Parts: sequence; C-alpha cells; structure tokens
Amino acid sequence: MFGAGGGTSSYEEIETTDLVILWGSNARAAHPIFFHHLLKGVRRGARLFVVDPRRSESARFADLWLGIDVGSDIALANAIGKVIIDEGLVAHEFISAATSDFDRYAEAVQAFTLERAEEITGVPGEAIRHLAISYATAPTAQLCWTLGITEHANATDNVFALINLALLTGHIGRYGSGLVPIRGQNNVQGGGDMGALPNKLPGFQDLADEKVRSRFEAAWGGSIPPGPGRHLSQMFDAMATGELRALHVIGENPAQSEADGTRVRALLDGLEFLVCQDLHLTRTAEYADVVLPAAADWCETEGTVTSSERRVQLVRKALEPPAGVRPDREILLDLARRMGVDWGAPDAEATWDELRSLSPMHAGMSYERLAASDGLQWPCLDESHPGTLFLHGRLWERPIGGERARFTPVGWVPPVDPLSDEYPLRMTTGRHLDGYNTGSQSSRFSPPTRVGGTLDISPEDARLLGIGTGDSVAVTSRRGSIRVPARVDPGLRQGLVFMPIHYAEADVNTLTNDAWDPRSGTAEFKATAVRVEVEA
Amino acid sequence: MEITLSPDHPTPEESEVLATVLGPATDPWRGGERTGKATRVAVGVGPGRAAARSQLLPALVALQQGVGWISRGAVRAIAERLEVPPAEIWGVVTFYDLLDTQPPSREVVHVCTDIMCPTGEARRDGLRAAGLDARSATCLGQCDRPPGEMRTRPWTVIPGTPHQEGHPVRLLAERRPYMALRQALSTTPQEVISTIRASGLVGRGGAAFPVGVKWAAAALAPPGERFVVCNADESEPGTFKDRLLLTRHPHTVLEGLIIAAYAVGASRGHVYVRAEYPDARRALEVAITEARSSGVLGSDVAGSGFGFDVEVRSGAGAYICGEETALLNSIEGFRGEPRSKPPFPTEVGLFGRPTVINNVETLANVPLIIADGPDAYRSVGTAESPGTKLFSVSGDVTRRGVYELALGTQLSELLSLAGAAEPRAVLLGGAAGSFVDRYDIPLSFEGARAAGAALGSGAVAVFSAETDFTRACRRIAAFFAHESCGQCVPCRIGTVRQAEAVDALASDRTRLEVLDDIDRAMSDSSICGLGQSAASAIRSAVRLGLVGDVNA
Repeated sequence: MFGAGGGTSSYEEIETTDLVILWGSNARAAHPIFFHHLLKGVRRGARLFVVDPRRSESARFADLWLGIDVGSDIALANAIGKVIIDEGLVAHEFISAATSDFDRYAEAVQAFTLERAEEITGVPGEAIRHLAISYATAPTAQLCWTLGITEHANATDNVFALINLALLTGHIGRYGSGLVPIRGQNNVQGGGDMGALPNKLPGFQDLADEKVRSRFEAAWGGSIPPGPGRHLSQMFDAMATGELRALHVIGENPAQSEADGTRVRALLDGLEFLVCQDLHLTRTAEYADVVLPAAADWCETEGTVTSSERRVQLVRKALEPPAGVRPDREILLDLARRMGVDWGAPDAEATWDELRSLSPMHAGMSYERLAASDGLQWPCLDESHPGTLFLHGRLWERPIGGERARFTPVGWVPPVDPLSDEYPLRMTTGRHLDGYNTGSQSSRFSPPTRVGGTLDISPEDARLLGIGTGDSVAVTSRRGSIRVPARVDPGLRQGLVFMPIHYAEADVNTLTNDAWDPRSGTAEFKATAVRVEVEA
Repeated sequence: MEITLSPDHPTPEESEVLATVLGPATDPWRGGERTGKATRVAVGVGPGRAAARSQLLPALVALQQGVGWISRGAVRAIAERLEVPPAEIWGVVTFYDLLDTQPPSREVVHVCTDIMCPTGEARRDGLRAAGLDARSATCLGQCDRPPGEMRTRPWTVIPGTPHQEGHPVRLLAERRPYMALRQALSTTPQEVISTIRASGLVGRGGAAFPVGVKWAAAALAPPGERFVVCNADESEPGTFKDRLLLTRHPHTVLEGLIIAAYAVGASRGHVYVRAEYPDARRALEVAITEARSSGVLGSDVAGSGFGFDVEVRSGAGAYICGEETALLNSIEGFRGEPRSKPPFPTEVGLFGRPTVINNVETLANVPLIIADGPDAYRSVGTAESPGTKLFSVSGDVTRRGVYELALGTQLSELLSLAGAAEPRAVLLGGAAGSFVDRYDIPLSFEGARAAGAALGSGAVAVFSAETDFTRACRRIAAFFAHESCGQCVPCRIGTVRQAEAVDALASDRTRLEVLDDIDRAMSDSSICGLGQSAASAIRSAVRLGLVGDVNA
C-alpha cells in the first residue's frame, strides 16, 4: 500500500499493541505463526476484534466478533468511518498534515448510517459503533486482513476501505499502529518483492518507469517490454481467445486453485504446450507435456525467504534433492541456455547480490549480514542500515517526507454471484489448520486433526434440510456441482455454508465464480451462491 | 471448529447443578438460543475467556458434590458453556483426587490413612464391612482427632476442633475485627507496607519469605489490575492450624487480606480453601457475607473509597495446589501444576497479573501488626523470627491440638505442654520436613535451620518408641508418589522410585544408596518444593536410625 506491497508493521508490534482487528482472516487456522504472535498481544491485554462471516477458530479469542454478511465489508468499513467522523474522533493533525482527499472521503461515507450498515452487513449497529470508537480511541492499533478482503471482485476497493480507516485515525506509520495484510506461505511476500507481478520489477519498481527500466536493461543486457504482463486471471482469458497457447507453471496448481475449475481445466487441456515445475505431481501436472521436478526450497537448496513483516531470512540447504530433482534456479538457468542465453552458473548468493545491485530496498542485505542476524526487514538501503521495523514513519515527520497519503472513497456493491431461490445459500471458502492451499504439500500426510473436505453448514440449515454430519450432499452453483460429506458447524449461522480449499476430492473451485477484480486480478472465491441437496 | 464434542448429553440433574454455578445459558454461542441479531455478534470471549475458564473447577466441584461424579455428558455441557476443549476438561477432572469419573455405587467416605492416622486402615475396613465405599485418603487435616474422616455429597467433616492455646495468645485471641483495617485505610498503602516490613513478618506457609518484600514487589509492578490470594490449601500432613484460624477467626484472616489488597492496590481477592475443609469454607463464607453487609467488603471499604471484594474457591483434593503457582493455575481452571519461577507471582500471577499470595496464618498476623505497631509485634519472638507461631501438635501426646507460642520457644517446652512422654522422634514440618530426636531446638525459622531441620508449616508430629517407623516412612514415600503432579521428570520418577526403595529397605540395605541418588536428583532439579523436599523426611529417618539401620 502507498506504493509498496507489504505489511507496514512487525510481529513484535502486534505483541505490544493495544488493539487488533482481524478482518476477513481466520489466522488461527490459516496463519498459525502470525496468530501465535497475536495471542501474545492478547495475553498482554490487547483487545481483539474479529470481522468474519463465520465465528471461526480465531473469533473465539476475540473480545468482539462481528458476523458480517459475505461481501459487505465496505459498508461496514464506511459506517465505521462515519461513526469516527461524527464522534469527532478523527486524527485531525495527522489528516491535515499528512493526507489528502479527506473531504471527499467524509462526504462519501455520509450515506453509511448505522441503520444502513446494519441492513447490509447484518451486524447490529451498536457493535459497529463499539468497534469504531474502540479503534479510534486506542493508543495503538493493528488492522490485519487476508483473503476475506482480497478474494472478492471488488478486492481493491475493500483494501482501500480499510486503509481509509487507518488514515482517519492515524493508525499507520507509528510503532504499534499499522496495516497488516498477512501473507500465506513463508515466502509469498518474497515472490512479490522479487518482481513476480505483471507490472513491477524487483523491489516494487515500476515497469512503466523508463529510468527504472533502463537500469535493469543495462544490468541484464537486453530490452524489457514497457507494457505490463498478464496476471493469472488475464492469462486464462487469453487462453480462451487463443492468444496464449503455451504455459510454464512454477509452484502453482491452477487446475485446482482457480475459480470456476471446470473452465480452467478445459483451458489448460486446450493449450498447445504446458510445462509444470513443482515439488510434487500436481493436478495441473496431469495436463502437462513436460514435468520438471523441482527441489524443496526450504531444505534442498540455498536462498532466502521473506515473511509478512518484510523480513528476509537465509535458507540453508540441509539435504541433497533426490536424483533428477534440481533447484528452480538451476532449471531456469539451463532453460535460458537452451534458449540461447548463457547466464553462467551463479550460486544463490551471486543471484541475490545481483538483486541487491538493482533493488534499493534490498541493497544493504548481504548474505553475511543475513547470516549474522535473525534476518533483516526491508527497506534496508545500505550495509550500515539496520532495516525497517515499520513503514511510513515519514507520515509523522513535519513537514512529512514525500507525498501525502490519499484517502480513496469507495462505494459498496454486492457480490457478483447473487443469491436466488435456486441458489439460496452463501458459500465462502477458507483453510484448515492442517491443510495448505491445494494440498500439494499438505495432503501427503494424515494429521489426527484432519476433518477433510466437507460442506460445513449451520445447525439451523442442517435441520431444515434434514442432514447430519457425515451425510453426503450435492452442492451446486451456477457453474457446477460436487458431492461431499456435510459437517454441522455451530460457528455458522443460517444461510451461510463453508468449504475448505485443500482437497481434490472436494473440489470447491468447480463451484466458485471467476468474476475477478480488474485491478488485483483476484477472483471472487469468497462469495458463491449455492444450493445444497441431500443425496437421493 | 477444532472442538469436537462427544455425543453424550447431561442429565437434567447435571444441568440443574451446572446452572447453579454457571447461571442459565443465554449466549447463543454458548448453549443459548440461536436467533436474531444475537447470532451476528459474540461478545467478551477475549478476556472473558479466562474468566469463563476459571469457572471450570467450581463447576466440577458442584457436580461432584451434587451428582456424585463427572459424566461425559456433563463434560460436554461444560465444554460448550465455557468453550474449553473436552480433552482439557478431562485433564483437569483426572488431576484431582476428589473428582470421580465413575458413578458411585454406594455412599463414599474418605478415611485418612496417612502418617498421623495409623488407625485409619482399621476404620476404613470397618466402614467397608458396613457397606460403604470407604476410600483411603491422604492427610485430611484432622490429625488432632485421628483418624480423619470426610463424608461426601456434600463434602462434610465432623465439626469442632479441640485445641490448646499456648502462650502468649495473640493470633488465637478474640479481637474486635476491622479496627486495624480502618487504621490501615487512614494511612497510605506505602505506609502499610513499611509497617509490615518493619515488623519483620515472614510467611507462615513454610517458605518464610519476608511479607513486606513480597507486598512491595507487587505494589511496584506496572499499573493495572492486581490480585491478592489467600492460600488456605493447608495440606501438609500433620498441619491443621489454618483450619482452626478459618473456623474460629475468619474475620481476622479476611481483615489481613483486605489490608494486603489495600497495600498493593488489588480490587479482587480469592481465598482458595482445600476441599477437605468444608467447615472452614462455610465459616469463611459466612464471614464474607457479614463483612459485605457491614461495609468492609465491597465498592467502598469502610467508607474509604477503596473497593475490594473476595471470592472463595474450593480445591478438589490435590496437595500440590498448596504450592502458590499451582494454586493460581487451579483457580484459572487448569491442572494444578506449578509454574516455572521466575517470573514470580508478584510479577506474573493470577490471570497473568501481579499477585500477592499469602498463607492464612500470615494474613492473620497482619491486623495485629497494624493495630499494635511493629515494635510491639517484635517484642515477642526472636530478632529474625518475630511474633508468635501456631504449631499443630499430633501423634503420641496426651493433648493434641494447635498451640500458639512465641517464636524461639524450645521444642521441649511445647512437647511438655502437649504431654509428650519420652518420644522416640518428632517429625517437624510435616511430610516435607524432617525427623528430629533432640528437643532443645528453638522453634524459630533460624533455630530449626541451625538444627538441620525446618519449621515449615509448624507441624509437630510426635512418635513414641512403639512407632512402626517403617510404616511411617512408607506412608510418607507413598504420599509423595501419589501427590507428585507428574509435570517434571525428577519428581515424577523420583517419588515412585523412592517409594519402591523405602518398601524394600527392610530386606535390602543397598537401597540406601538409591535413596541418596534420588534425593540429589529431586532436590537439585525439581520445578517446585514438592520434589525438592520429597526425600527430606525419609533421609532424616535413615540418619537417625529410625529405618534401615545399617547396624541392626
């Protein structure tokens, strides 16, 4: 946010902050390490608010849980903003010194009265008001979110709605106050940092910036196309039109992970050439012409990973990979050689040093320093720079350093996939503690806690449908139908059902909607209209 | 959700008992009706979670006494209400001796067969022959009238404790309650702490830690909620003086606790009374009700503006809960396992907050000190151990009971007061103490130490020459093997190996070497005082030739 895609705060801050909002995140199951830090804060007296349609495992730890309707986040956020403004609790000095467009924002949220918010979100107005006042008056506060915010067709607006709240209250750029999009795997952050984004070069440098491009061109000895590449959703659209005919998939499993799976698998099947490079033989690999077995990055090769708190850590090789299995880096170097470019044989450190020479925010992170510390947090501008505990401290300098942070007024729209008599239940998706994404890593062992791929349903709906835990049900959306066992979950309310995403035998993405946010490229995984029927 | 509930349901009787402790289920997320807007919010499960969890032991204690056992259906109901995983509830249930996981078939009676009740086995067998489910119990704190016995449903003991008052009588004297409290409230908390420091009062629970230092540490903790706790889990075999204080002088104890709260800035307090003292608990509850109605407990203590209230908690049969951090875990609804120290409770105590925890007798001294001043207090006792001390005298004497004596009085004087004719040995300080066979020891903390013993809780168990010391030592060893919480290895394994070695001692003297090893391992590396002192009495018995005499 504000130009760099990373959480603003450090884990130690969530251990000492006064208030935490966990919004659209079941971190207890999905981000257990982060949640462990969060619980330290709760034990030390931080108040915890959880905003989630489900009363999830995480919500059980909260002082207040707000059970919103799926996709009503912006109405809730705007109503919170209105309460804070109406109560005179805005951070006046911060807003006038460090932000812009406050007036536009204030005007835009006027329509979101508590009554209207209650109607849209389902959450009682007094609970919304309580959250608003608590957040605004807390000395420090952390606003954390994950895919419950970003897996919607209006994902970017959702994020803006939350950023606005931090600007309104000055809960940004100070120790203990910040905005924290929690990252999934140990190196999701690092992937983005390295430029695995269609419009960015390593270090979140803008591809469209000619000066940036020319630096990279000089270092790499070639020309870089100025236009952005395609993000994942656009790639599938391009497959549909025939523009994209060959695909090299590295460490992804789109045949299972992408929304509207039936369409996705047909498109993969229609490719002229598909290369799959992965630790395991994934479902996607079943469609591949060539499969390149890759080493496990956490134990069979050297390198770095970057966590949600922007901390770069060294990874050491502990094991030789099995015969025929190679590190991703070596595979790519060899591939380049076959395509006629010899990049030599740089080891992990040499590759990293090249990055440091091109990405200013990594410049100070030598392997020597990383090895001698518990990792360093970017930006780390030179070898004497200690790294950065939290971002945007510049907003509290007077006069502020750099540009003002802008309020971005956003309106609320309902989910793209509407409820109807035919599809009366709202299905949302998420993770289990013992599963990870499509299960290519986590389905190969059998933990005692595993409940597997089920349709979770409220006791009320289960009673109406006459089903119990273990009964086989058909779940049908506008895109497809699957059969799974049901599981009655008292954490769900009437009208809301849930499915985990990890299990090939409970292929939830046959049901989900691939309507995607044009700015983030992420599909509406979280809001599917379904019906549930008892198997005949 | 991670919590998987069993399909069992509570009986109407169990539900009724639970409702008396937990109130009716209203929260839609905790067994209440799930309708309307209430299903869109869940309030207070954060800090409320700790508060809810601390209702666990009270709920189990009520079920045990009301229904006679803890069924799976009841566990399920509690799990749902308190949002505690059933497996954790099971862990707590099985931790305590007095909580049963099987329904009783006959009336249950607990009969003490511990060191000071050698006639207990015969009594137990007699009750069994009469058709009762009579069970062997560890010390019930009735050593003044052996064998101790406790009826169940509800837990009941024969009321009334005969006792002898010694000289001078201070703690056991009748006094006008709450005069000292009013006096304390007219000064600052710092002045109260200074007075206690100046008095030289040290803790009476066994560890003899300076009370003023403890209070000052809690008072200096960063601002926020603090707690005071009265440790009335008197479980050291041979000790019953706190029981007397609580039944006869509950207001004095309460007054001491309120003054402690004022001194450290606590607004809530707990008194944790062992389950085997239902009479003491009742007396205390009556006193608390009286104190509330007379205005010395509540939002405005004696018109001072200082607010404080007290909750009484019952144990459920576990010696280890007398260890202060185990007691805190027990109140919080966890297994009563001691915590690693540091941090000490004054820093991280009950619910993670700074906490002062004092023994019953310690607190009973506080009003005396405030009322008479530290100098008057110090006029009795020794320089290092000022004041008087209560001694629980049991065993082979003509007058068993509680004696109050100036600290520093000779053991021989106490023995003659109690009518001990030529004892073979005296066990000083209970099962965690040591046997002595000379009686010119001054009964002060430093005096006992100099004699290679410890005053401990003030238990004085007298054994005549007719004593079967092998039985006594076996019983002590069995006691620790039974009461070890099992958390740390040296104690969990050491107490069992020690019991085996003591059993075999009569026929195999090589076991003396094993006892030596076990002693060192447990003393050096156990987490808490239980393991550290579990070999003490047996080692002293060997030293004095009471058992395993190598010359025999």
